[in-house]
Amino acid sequence: MTAVPLTDAPPMVRARNVRKRFGHLEVLKGIDLDVAVGEVVVVLGPSGSGKSTFLRCINHLETIDGGSIHVDGELIGFRAQEGRVRHLRKREITRQRREIGMVFQQFNLFPHLTVLQNVLEAPTGVRREPRGPARERALELLAKVGLEEKSASYPRQLSGGQQQRVAIARALAMRPKLMLFDEPTSALDPELVGEVLATMKGLAEEGLTMVVVTHEIGFAREVADRVVFMDAGVVVESGSPASVLDDPSNPRTQAFLSRVL
Amino acid sequence: MAVTEKTSRDAVPEVDVAGAARTRHPLRWVASFILLVLAAQLVHLLVTNDNFEWDVVGRYFNAQIIGRGIVTTLELTVIAMAVGVVGGVLLAVGRLSENRLLRTSCGVYVWFFRGIPVLVQLVFWYNLSALLPRVSFGVPFGPEFVSGGTNHLITPLFAAILGLGLNEAAYMAEIIRGGLLAVDPGQTEAAQALGMSDARTFRRIVMPQAMRFIVPPTGSQVINMLKATSLVSVIALADLLYTVQSIYNRTFQTIPLLIVACLWYLLITSVLYVGQSFIERHYARGATRNAPQGFWDFLLMRRRAQLPPTTPEVPS
Repeated sequence: MTAVPLTDAPPMVRARNVRKRFGHLEVLKGIDLDVAVGEVVVVLGPSGSGKSTFLRCINHLETIDGGSIHVDGELIGFRAQEGRVRHLRKREITRQRREIGMVFQQFNLFPHLTVLQNVLEAPTGVRREPRGPARERALELLAKVGLEEKSASYPRQLSGGQQQRVAIARALAMRPKLMLFDEPTSALDPELVGEVLATMKGLAEEGLTMVVVTHEIGFAREVADRVVFMDAGVVVESGSPASVLDDPSNPRTQAFLSRVL
Repeated sequence: MAVTEKTSRDAVPEVDVAGAARTRHPLRWVASFILLVLAAQLVHLLVTNDNFEWDVVGRYFNAQIIGRGIVTTLELTVIAMAVGVVGGVLLAVGRLSENRLLRTSCGVYVWFFRGIPVLVQLVFWYNLSALLPRVSFGVPFGPEFVSGGTNHLITPLFAAILGLGLNEAAYMAEIIRGGLLAVDPGQTEAAQALGMSDARTFRRIVMPQAMRFIVPPTGSQVINMLKATSLVSVIALADLLYTVQSIYNRTFQTIPLLIVACLWYLLITSVLYVGQSFIERHYARGATRNAPQGFWDFLLMRRRAQLPPTTPEVPS
């Protein structure tokens, strides 16, 4: 089991024995992971190791087959009552997702809406925030990712790095307790990776709880509080960036790092 | 090596291709000549053949009785198309549902109504009373609330709306389903991750993007529908075609009255065609790097303030 940080506060994410299969393929074979409030956890691992699937289980984009995931003390996707467990209704799942921001590898901005409308859609449409203040906050968030002058542009008029920063602002607009990043820089040209990582680093420094699936070892070393290495559906190794990246104890971690470094 | 290269290069004579003579295309000239002759013949026919009776065409073109037929044709087009679109959306959503029974039922509907000629369907609805003399609404297998003779309920107009609308729904279902499937599933995921409900995701995110794929084939469906309404003349509904038929059955001015109908059909389809291109511009928002002018902006002749030239530092 993963080392739980020595605080009294309940963890933001508490995953226990999470299992997931696609048909006959067992993708997650019992993942245990705790993410403390304010912690930045970077998940590394070869492709096919299940790290993206695990991330998508946290906000119930994928339904887990066994085990449990709690976010901020709340069981995700299910309700346990008097010893019986049942699936949550769609609207309850929807409500849980509002507290969890997600950034995708392919950005997935809404191409028919302007940058500002992309950021405003969820706060005004889902949270029913009044339009004026929501708009001001959206512009603040766009300023924070350095794109306020692009607010009237459409996503396809932006570069990949700019689109991903808009996607981050869009997720932040819902004031999430937790942010999930699913390979946020993997679809970017190398020279655009830096601007996105810098934005993410800024969020980490503000104390946002983040789970980041990435291949950017440099980011893990610099920003992560903890690095988790996954392979073949299990957590192989977990610890401080220095211990996992520089002095890996597991041969599978060693093999992976020697390939990517 | 260098020596051979030099000699071979010197062997090629100096050429300047500026001022080269154009290639001749004698066949194009022949084809153009033939087309011009045919066009001249057509004009000659139109002008000299008295059987066209252009004065009769002119007299009936804006006659009141023709106008009533056009109104019926347009009404029928709009109502049947509305039935088709609403039914099509429901069927398309049903066919993409997770409920297998619903999915299959909607598939069977599409199979059934696309498989029978619309003319046969029209005649069938018109003669429904032969199959069900009375219709009633009430609890299934239980008490009836309202009932009446089918012939009172199924007027020619209602038969036409049922026949054309239910048939159209099957085609629209396939068009809409195709449009929905063309939207990147990542869009739905992003909306879900933001905590949007399924209904809101459909209305705000998926449908507007699907419209780009739905509008062009729907435009041709509207034009097809306008023309398909002429089939209702077989069930004695006074649309444009039935009206001209009833006139020339009396006056025997068959050709000029058919020409009146042709001209009106052409005129209306032309207007529809222009309208469709406006709607397509509206749903092209964000589809290209150049922001297009919106439909309403275009219609109200508003000039949108030009966006600052958006040059991505490095396009991805």
